[in-house]
Amino acid sequence: MRVIKIDKKDWESGVGKLFGDYSLFGPVKQGAFHNFAPLEKGQMPDLDYVNTRLSPKSVVYPQCETMFEYTLDETQPDHHVNKEIAKDYSPRAVLGIRPCDVKAIDLVNINFDNPQYQDPWWVQRRDALTTVALGCNNPCATCFCTTAGTGPFDDSCADVLLADMGDHYLAKVRTEKGEALVGKAGWSQDAAGEAGAMDDLAKQAESKISSKIETGKLASKVTTELYDADFWEDVAFSCINCGTCTYLCPTCWCFDIQDEVQGKDGCRMRNWDTCMSGLFTLHGTGHNPRPNKTARVRQRFMHKLKYYVDKYGDGIGCVGCGRCVQQCPVNIDIRRVCELMNRFEPGKECA
Amino acid sequence: MSEYAEKIRGIAKKLLDDGTVDMVIGFRKGTIPLINEPCFVKDGAKVDALIWDSSCGVNLANYLPKRKEKIGVVAKGCDSRNIVTHIVENQITREQLYIIGVPCTGMIDRRKIRLAVGKEILSVSEADGKVTVSGDGYEEVLDKQEMLQDNCAICAHRNPVISDEMVADPVPEQTEVDRYQDVKAVEAMDAEARWNHFEQLLDGCIRCYACRNACPLCYCPTCFVDESQPQWVGKSIDKTDTRTFHFLRAFHCAGRCTDCGACERACPVGIPVRQFTKKLEKDCKELYDWEAGMSLDVRPPLDTYRAEDPDEFIK
Repeated sequence: MRVIKIDKKDWESGVGKLFGDYSLFGPVKQGAFHNFAPLEKGQMPDLDYVNTRLSPKSVVYPQCETMFEYTLDETQPDHHVNKEIAKDYSPRAVLGIRPCDVKAIDLVNINFDNPQYQDPWWVQRRDALTTVALGCNNPCATCFCTTAGTGPFDDSCADVLLADMGDHYLAKVRTEKGEALVGKAGWSQDAAGEAGAMDDLAKQAESKISSKIETGKLASKVTTELYDADFWEDVAFSCINCGTCTYLCPTCWCFDIQDEVQGKDGCRMRNWDTCMSGLFTLHGTGHNPRPNKTARVRQRFMHKLKYYVDKYGDGIGCVGCGRCVQQCPVNIDIRRVCELMNRFEPGKECA
Repeated sequence: MSEYAEKIRGIAKKLLDDGTVDMVIGFRKGTIPLINEPCFVKDGAKVDALIWDSSCGVNLANYLPKRKEKIGVVAKGCDSRNIVTHIVENQITREQLYIIGVPCTGMIDRRKIRLAVGKEILSVSEADGKVTVSGDGYEEVLDKQEMLQDNCAICAHRNPVISDEMVADPVPEQTEVDRYQDVKAVEAMDAEARWNHFEQLLDGCIRCYACRNACPLCYCPTCFVDESQPQWVGKSIDKTDTRTFHFLRAFHCAGRCTDCGACERACPVGIPVRQFTKKLEKDCKELYDWEAGMSLDVRPPLDTYRAEDPDEFIK
């Protein structure tokens, strides 16, 4: 890893040089909020934002993607055969992504790329991706990243981590992919001497995080006891079972597979799914093992804060970005639920 | 506002202690500013959790269908009209309910106020029609009337239309509002402009169904978009499927929508979905002189037939 300095006057020209080599994504103002979107040639990422409304997971994992196409026309020799659709896996880079969101991509990677399964579309897009993260100088009151396994300047995941120092950026270039990108942008000014200033900024940002969660006791809870805890009815009462939390979440990875046919032409696609929906678990028989909203709400929190913890042993399945906290239409707050789960003792009322 | 909360707690305690109801549905303080959480209280000793202020926008009628308990429910004007609709549509019985009526002066639009302030809001207080917001190194005072949700700004039924007990005297109704300014603007467009307008409105929809699920009217056991045998609508963010969902949802609310604003308040990407339902509300008003949820004794226009019903629109 090395630290370089990028004068802000060199930022735009450097980004401009990247368009030839990468498809670029960055935060873009869309109405009242920012989202990550593909940048048109010459368009700059708008780095004057705190957090995007939707997470940038769609850069690697689009909400809807067609995987196969087929024909039902039996006069065709290849009828009823799923044929994989060609996709663009050329290099792509996301500029200005928050460190927590990069951490989330690494976290989701556990699901899509592991010794048991390798999801070809995820793996190829992930491999093609270079992440240029921007540390958060001013985190929100709803950010609880520092107690969710990451932080406003987490440098463990991004290929390049930028720190906004006012008139210039300092950049930690961590990986070969990162080296390749800064090389192509022409950013090379050595700033090893300023690494300390970047660390100071990181410490300042971390000290501004006022929202914290306790997760230390989750692993030791007995799953079935937590499952049967008395607080779920209270937690779930207000839930309307919409998909806001899951669709905005950077770590929700579940998808649904759908076939769509028009005439004799069909395609097989996958779409983000949401465990808040009854359809998520509805069996072909009509039986639904999660028949009500309390069961669904419990699943979401148990997955992130208990099953994930137990299965992977590397913390919780949440990076503390606070999107669900801010946007839940009925104010269900994962921080509160985490507290209830972490302090739960069977037999003791804790709602 | 705090007097309202005190009154709500008092009524709730009495109802729970004397066994009139099994539970009271109201609001507890939100974990972040500008939104409170719907909750239930079953124990008279715990009524202190109940609060009231201008961030109690969620329509509590949404929590009533198919419940078996005797319920005390806190109701603003719009909630009360949706309660009436639920009773008329047999989703709950009048006898099960003890309606704690709250005269309402409108709910704050949490997104509008954040945009107006442009900074992170860490605390909010309100008094005498003013909202004071503060955050890191600033404090700002705004007129509540200007920060209202769009539907509240044009609300003509702020006082509950049905209640068993009111927490305060009725507030004056807004009589000089044009309820359909936005609909008229869309009606005035030619077909192409209108199409483009709708396309733009729906751009960004993520099919989370927060609008549908926040709506008290959407209680169908299986929504048409969730049917799989046959499947009516595709589930991707394809424009045609997304349009189909929004337009059909709106039509299903015809003659039933109270313009409570639940759909818009819930939308995580800020789509003004009321534009669809309001057109149907306007049609029902103009064709049948109908406003939803005003009376337990009149059947809604779309489930009755009268020989004198106007029919120009189907010629």
